Amino acid sequence: MSKLIRLNKGYDIKIQGAPASKLSEGFTSRTYSVKPIDFNGLSPIPKLMVSEQTEVKAGDPLFYDKSDERIHYCSPVSGEVVEIRRGDKRAVEEVIILADSEIRSRSWEKKDVASLQRDEIVQRMLESGAWLFLRQRPYDIAANPDDTPKAIFITGWDSSPLGPDYNFIMQGRESDFQAGIQVLSKLTSGKIHLSLNAKSKPAAAFNTVQGVEVHWFQGPHPAGNVGIQIHHIDPINKGEVVWTINPEDVANLAVLFTEGIYSPVRTVALTGPEVIKPQYYKTLQGASIEQMVVNNLQDNHVRFIAGNVLTGKTIGQKGHIGFYDRQVTVILEGDEPELLGWLFPSYPRPTKSMAYWAYANEAPAGYRVTTSTHGEERAFVVSGQYEQVLPMDIYPVHLIKAIMAKDFDLMEGLGIYEVSEEDFALCEFVCTSKINVMDIIREGLDYMHEQNG
Amino acid sequence: MDPIKPIRDTVGKNLWKQVEELEPNFKKGGMLQSLHSTFDAFKTFLFVPPITTQRGTHIKDAIDLKRTMFIVVIAMIPCLLNGIFNVGHLHYVANGMYPGFWEGFGPKILYGLSKVLPIVVVSYGVGLGVEFAFAQYRGHPVNEGFLVSAMLIPLIMPPDIPLWMVALATVFSVVIVKEAFGGTGMNVLNVALTARVFIFFAYPTYISGDQVWIAGMSDNPDAYSGATVLGVWAKQGFDAVKQVGFSTINQSVGYAPIDMFLGFIPGSIGETSKLAVLIGALILIWTGVGSWRIMLSVFVGAFVMGLLLNAMDLAFDFNNPHLSVPAYYHLIAGGLAFGAVFMATDPVTAAQTTTGKYIYGFLVGVLSIVIRVLNPAYPEGVMLAILFMNVFAPLIDHYIIQSNIKRRLARG
Repeated sequence: MSKLIRLNKGYDIKIQGAPASKLSEGFTSRTYSVKPIDFNGLSPIPKLMVSEQTEVKAGDPLFYDKSDERIHYCSPVSGEVVEIRRGDKRAVEEVIILADSEIRSRSWEKKDVASLQRDEIVQRMLESGAWLFLRQRPYDIAANPDDTPKAIFITGWDSSPLGPDYNFIMQGRESDFQAGIQVLSKLTSGKIHLSLNAKSKPAAAFNTVQGVEVHWFQGPHPAGNVGIQIHHIDPINKGEVVWTINPEDVANLAVLFTEGIYSPVRTVALTGPEVIKPQYYKTLQGASIEQMVVNNLQDNHVRFIAGNVLTGKTIGQKGHIGFYDRQVTVILEGDEPELLGWLFPSYPRPTKSMAYWAYANEAPAGYRVTTSTHGEERAFVVSGQYEQVLPMDIYPVHLIKAIMAKDFDLMEGLGIYEVSEEDFALCEFVCTSKINVMDIIREGLDYMHEQNG
Repeated sequence: MDPIKPIRDTVGKNLWKQVEELEPNFKKGGMLQSLHSTFDAFKTFLFVPPITTQRGTHIKDAIDLKRTMFIVVIAMIPCLLNGIFNVGHLHYVANGMYPGFWEGFGPKILYGLSKVLPIVVVSYGVGLGVEFAFAQYRGHPVNEGFLVSAMLIPLIMPPDIPLWMVALATVFSVVIVKEAFGGTGMNVLNVALTARVFIFFAYPTYISGDQVWIAGMSDNPDAYSGATVLGVWAKQGFDAVKQVGFSTINQSVGYAPIDMFLGFIPGSIGETSKLAVLIGALILIWTGVGSWRIMLSVFVGAFVMGLLLNAMDLAFDFNNPHLSVPAYYHLIAGGLAFGAVFMATDPVTAAQTTTGKYIYGFLVGVLSIVIRVLNPAYPEGVMLAILFMNVFAPLIDHYIIQSNIKRRLARG
């Protein structure tokens, strides 16, 4: 059973540097890292279980959070912890591991997925670090092992700018994906929903899989966001919990049981206008981008983003991708003053507003975007903008105001449980007043999480 | 692609250097510290500053508030140009000269400029002065919103309004209506309309009646009369307007619908030409800067109310000649069109939800006609209707929001 859900609201930002459907040969990363900041709700100073020079294997725990000591944050590779990088107030920014040339994993007993019990699945996922593949809504944080979610949602479509193509990523992982779905089916009391792009030819892994309910989505970004899909398939009401997981992690999860090793494979799309050869790289969670971008850049004055241009995080040229990232984007820094730029823009730039009619209707191969804010932050003035890019039955401006006023009842009433900051990324992009909408939404989610315990 | 590249290359870099060299003087501890906001406003007018994204999205839409407000000012230019011409045109026609459009075109423009330009200068000068002072005092950047308000104010004034009155009304509306509520984005009432309503109640003889709508008339009040369309309707009924629109020294000129549409009739400076308003509306709608939902629903509301009153007139004997004015005439008479396009659409003071915008606009239209027709004291109602609905816009939104909350609860 499957049905088509058409969404009209949203916006596809056209940017140069879409990845070619090609896997780079012979890529290896020397270092890997795990960053506490990748996990919403995790304290900035987690309890470290290793120190510099500790030898670890893939699946060995590096740290845990005092709020739930069962959830281990583990090393993706074997090697030596070479640096524990600290930031302000001793917050742990990164635990960096120098990888062995041959990666050894902690090994677990190989299992037939059909015979697995829920308890042993949860147990092995918690101790291997694979538990973090699961994220829960509300709040978009690590799942709670005590919950049984009403459903699990998987999106097979990243609609964000230059987002990786899961139909490419999932090639050859048909049996792992199927086995992973079987494992997941023991964790939920309800269904597993798989949402796909109606305008693409789905990968065999998605096409042949059993045990999921398939939904077809069509429309501009954020139609591929799992939060938007949940809202249209089976919205989250107060007190309900759903989990989400990335399709590649579904396959990685299967390997934990079928082969008994922790192997968090990340097929990463290197994208963006400043990349000479945008393509895919097969690597592991937390890999360094150094070898991807070396001799592969058009310009030196660039920003490296782990993730996409809307929700990614800035990293250095030798930085590491985050736990959930399957994309690296490189764009120009836009820190030049622009004479009368609001009247005569000096270079083409994406816009949804017809106030820059020359760019709003153009359909070029893509823009060479920069990090310029194209104007200063102002008081909130223009209404109706956010609504055009949020395909949900939610009043974004009023939700944001409720968050700023810390009005918990109103936040709840206006649907805070259904949203994540990534769903509001386009609101922030189109905002005339240049307001940091995502920060406010995250603040609201953290308030609610704190409030509800 | 880049129309001013030569200028950018030659002037841009040096100018930026100069700006950067000057900047320390305006910073804390500098000689001209008290002009920091003013300096900043001019700097960011000349240059989009080199600010990059630090948190959240790494790229941002090209649009900003400067561009948005600039578009609104552009949309008002046809009304301004028409206003300048019409002020001169009516002045000469009322004195029995140059009845044709092209006759005496130059003198008409010059006369119009001599009347309109000072009002524009006073409105901008005084208003921006207050804005800069508040920005400095509060440590905020200067918001661009007033660039629009300052252009709206002259367009809704009668041509002979004393300049000190414009200044006083501008100060009142910026200080009491905007800054007292927290500045741009926080005001409940439309700033420009409040300036008008201030004069309307404080100095009514300068902004109502039959004498103020044609420039230079108050010098020689016995010679002729220059009532607005609505002024005639209110007193003498619909049919009168075709014959006695305004009387000049030699003759009496009626207002045909085409005059009302093209705007060669007495009225406030910028609102008379529905054609100019229409051009402005098209610019606002095409660029997406103004809400077509509000504009459309104002007209629908006014038309529906007009029809209702026509029906009442047929059914009962109210002895109010205004009731019989055909509903569609209401749409091209008075300031309704101008109010619908430039005033009711102010995003800060209008309803913010999509459904709310329809309701808000509809009620603005209905109330305008109610005041116009049923209130004997005020011939025009659009100003008061918009201000009234400004106050109620948050309430409309509140009910829309509540229905969303109920829908969510019912789902659970």
